Order: sequence, then structure tokens, then C-alpha cells
Amino acid sequence: MQLDRIAQSLLLKEFISGFVLTMKYFFKPKATLNYPFEMGHRGPRFRGEHALRRYPNGEERCIACKLCEAICPAQAITIEAGPRRNDGTRRTTRYDIDMVKCIYCGMCQEACPVDAIVEGPNLEFSVETREELYYDKAKLLDNGERWEREIARNLAKTAPYR
Amino acid sequence: MDFGDIVLAVAIMLGKSLLMLVALLIFIAYALYADRKVWAAVQLRRGPNVVGPWGLFQSFADLLKFVLKEPVIPAPANKGMFLLAPLVMCTLSLAAWAVIPLNAGWAIADINVGILYIFAISSLGVYGVIMGGWASNSKYPFLGALRSAAQMVSYEVSIGFVIVTVLMCAGTLNLSAIVESQNTRLGILGWYWLPLFPMFVVFFISAMAETNRPPFDLPEAESELVAGYMVEYSSTPYLLFMLGEYVAIMTMCALGTILFLGGWLSPIPFAPFTWIPGVIWFVLKASFLFFLIAMVKALVPRYRYDQLMRLGWKVFLPLSLAMVIVVAAVLMVTGNAPGVR
Repeated sequence: MQLDRIAQSLLLKEFISGFVLTMKYFFKPKATLNYPFEMGHRGPRFRGEHALRRYPNGEERCIACKLCEAICPAQAITIEAGPRRNDGTRRTTRYDIDMVKCIYCGMCQEACPVDAIVEGPNLEFSVETREELYYDKAKLLDNGERWEREIARNLAKTAPYR
Repeated sequence: MDFGDIVLAVAIMLGKSLLMLVALLIFIAYALYADRKVWAAVQLRRGPNVVGPWGLFQSFADLLKFVLKEPVIPAPANKGMFLLAPLVMCTLSLAAWAVIPLNAGWAIADINVGILYIFAISSLGVYGVIMGGWASNSKYPFLGALRSAAQMVSYEVSIGFVIVTVLMCAGTLNLSAIVESQNTRLGILGWYWLPLFPMFVVFFISAMAETNRPPFDLPEAESELVAGYMVEYSSTPYLLFMLGEYVAIMTMCALGTILFLGGWLSPIPFAPFTWIPGVIWFVLKASFLFFLIAMVKALVPRYRYDQLMRLGWKVFLPLSLAMVIVVAAVLMVTGNAPGVR
């Protein structure tokens, strides 16, 4: 027994088997994603950057019901409502989301009766100053236009479960 | 010999050294890159792949980063010693390359005690570490330096005996002559790694301990000593320490190539293979040894300090001592001992 152990350590048995094992791993496909160039899968319910949507005819969906503002647990949403100048319908005059306060819980999109505020699939919206993370209505509508196709597809996919 | 001749000789020597330095540093840059890639591959990561194609310029980007950073000298440090230490480390490890023959007659200084010179220079490398650790005037660098000193001294002993066995077989201290003595009709089977295989293993492991490579990187064990003797260093001094360390590792790879893997000799000693320039064989063999060292870093956990000392003094020392006696006896009995009538 003792002799057996001595022979094994002299012949570097464990090191050689370790070497063989690591060489097997050496040629395996890599486990890491090449991140900035390829992204992992994000499910249709992924809660990323916010967006305000429009109807296909270009009309804003938001009717300034303030349900999102009311339900927001971080109180990140600020809305001011008023009649729109040309037709007198109730619209938001101000719709701000403080993306620093936001906890990305998704309650705003669940509260919304008209699917106006949604959390899109975008997660790469880091910026270099805090001020840039205070999103206003123009920025949110702009996001809505940019991500409409993905948002619509994701909403359609999750529709049966809501 | 008039003044012109001396100037010419010095200029030629300077040119050779510069060429060697540049080639060595570029090789080290890619050795560093290969080291990180091998480590990454074993862990199923990608390793550096952003700077340049496949990340090939990563080492140069790192170099630029180190050079452009602010060198911080801690207030309690001994300023002169603090800055001298990395220079000592780097210069000494570079100096060893003066005698290494990359091809037949390619050594900058083909001196007759080449192996003693390398042995002496690589032992001096510990002074850089000790100076750095002492001059930092801080706990962890000092502990790291103490460990490093003890470790380097212990493993030098067994490396010494390994070298002695090779010298007995070769009958010379000249590195080029040691390589030539392996030039037989057997090719790869005639090199010393096969008849002296246990010594090759002892040399390989001791070389890692001597250069503070994992699994013997206790002087800079990050989980306990942050970065050991390099804790207080930043910017260019840190770069010099790292460079010195990697140059020392390459020196050990080159020494292993010369002593055991037949230096610049072709592994298959006939026509199409012998046309390939010897320097290519040399670089290939040294790279192979470096690859093994990089793999060891990926697969072996760090030794505990007492295990390290036990391995050095209680395993390698008796083993290499016994091998010296066995090899000497075999050489005497078979009458193959060079230089003995």
C-alpha cells in the first residue's frame, strides 16, 4: 500500500491525469459569450428600458390616468395631465421617469390599461452622467418608436398569459 | 588592437544585445498572451480577444497602460531602494540571456562557464525581491519577500544537483557544448531528457518554484498576501517586476531546452528536418516548456508553505542527490564518463 502510493507520486500519476483532464477542457467550446458582440437570450417578459408607445396611426396611447404613477413602488414616475390644445383630449403634459430610482419591477406596464408604458428588451442604456437618466416624455416616446417592433412582438407572445 | 577595433567590437556586441533584447521582449509579450489564453481555455473562457485581431496586441496595450500610470511611492518607503529593486530584478533576469545559445554559435557571449553564470545570475534575482519587499516598509511585501527568499534558496539546491548530473554526462560547462554533446544519431531519443528523466521532472518543478510560478507562487499569493512583494508597486516599477519574472521564466524554459531537450538540434536527425534553422527548433522547444508551465498554473492548486519546503528539502534534495550518485556510478562503470581515463 505504502509502496503503491510512493510509486504513484513518483510517477506523477495525479498530475498526468490532471493534465489529460485539463487538455480535454482546453478544446471544449467556450462557456462565455463574447458579450459586446453577441448577447444572451432574453425572454419576451424581459423588463429593460422603458418606452411610451403610440397607436399605429401615430396617436399617443397614454391617456394620463396616472395608474403607473400611483403603483410605482419607487415613486420614480412623475406625470402632469391636461387637455390637449387641438382637440381637448386628456393627455400628459409631462411624463418623467427617474431611471435611477426605478427598480424595474414592471408594475407600471401591468397597471397600464392601454399598454402605453412598457419595459422594452433594451438593457444597454448606460450613460456617463446622472442627468441623462432622468427620462422625459420625448425620450420615452423616442424609445417607443425605436423598439416598437420588438415590444409588439413580445407583448403578442405574452398576451395569452395576461 | 587599436582604439577603432575596440569601438567596433563594442558596437557589434551592443547591436547583438539590442537585437536579442528586442526579440526576447516581443517573445515575452506573446508568452504573456499565450499564458492568459491557455489559462482561459482550460477554464472555458475566451481570454484576451479585443485588442487587435484575436487580442494579439493585448500585451502591448498592457505595457502602455503600465507606463502611462502614475508611479506611487509610499511615504514610509525607502525611495532609492524602492526604485532600485525592480531595476535589479529586471536587469539580472535579462542579463542571463547573454550566454544562452539560440543556435550553433549564436550566443552573445559564448563563455566556458555559461551554466555557472546563469546559475549565479538567477540566484541573484532574489535580491530584487528582497529589496522590493524590504524597501516598501509594509507588512505584506515583507512577508512575501521573506517567503520568496526562502523558496528560491531551497529550490536552487536541487536545481544545482540537476545541473551537476547533466554536466557529468556532457563533461563541459559551456552551454553550446552541452547542446552539442546531445547531438547523436538518435535524435530526440539521444537528448538528456530520456536517460535523465527524473532529473528533468525535478528541474521542471524546481524551475517553477525558483521563478515563483504557480503552484509555488506563495510570495505573491493573492488570497493571503495581496500581491506579495509587489503590493506597493505601481506603474513602470511594477511592470519591471512582472517583466523580470517572465524573463526569468523564459530563462528557465531556455535552460531546460539546452540541458534536456537538445537546444537547437532537430528532433529527427536527417535531411528535411535538419534544414529547418536551429533557432526555430529552440523557440519551439522553449515554447513547449512554457506551455507546460502555463498548463500547470491552470491545473494545480497553490501549495501550502510547509508542503513547499517539504517538497524542496525532503523529496527533491535526496532524490537529486541519489541521482547524482547513480549517474556518476553508471558513467564510471560503463566507461562513458567524459574526460575520465
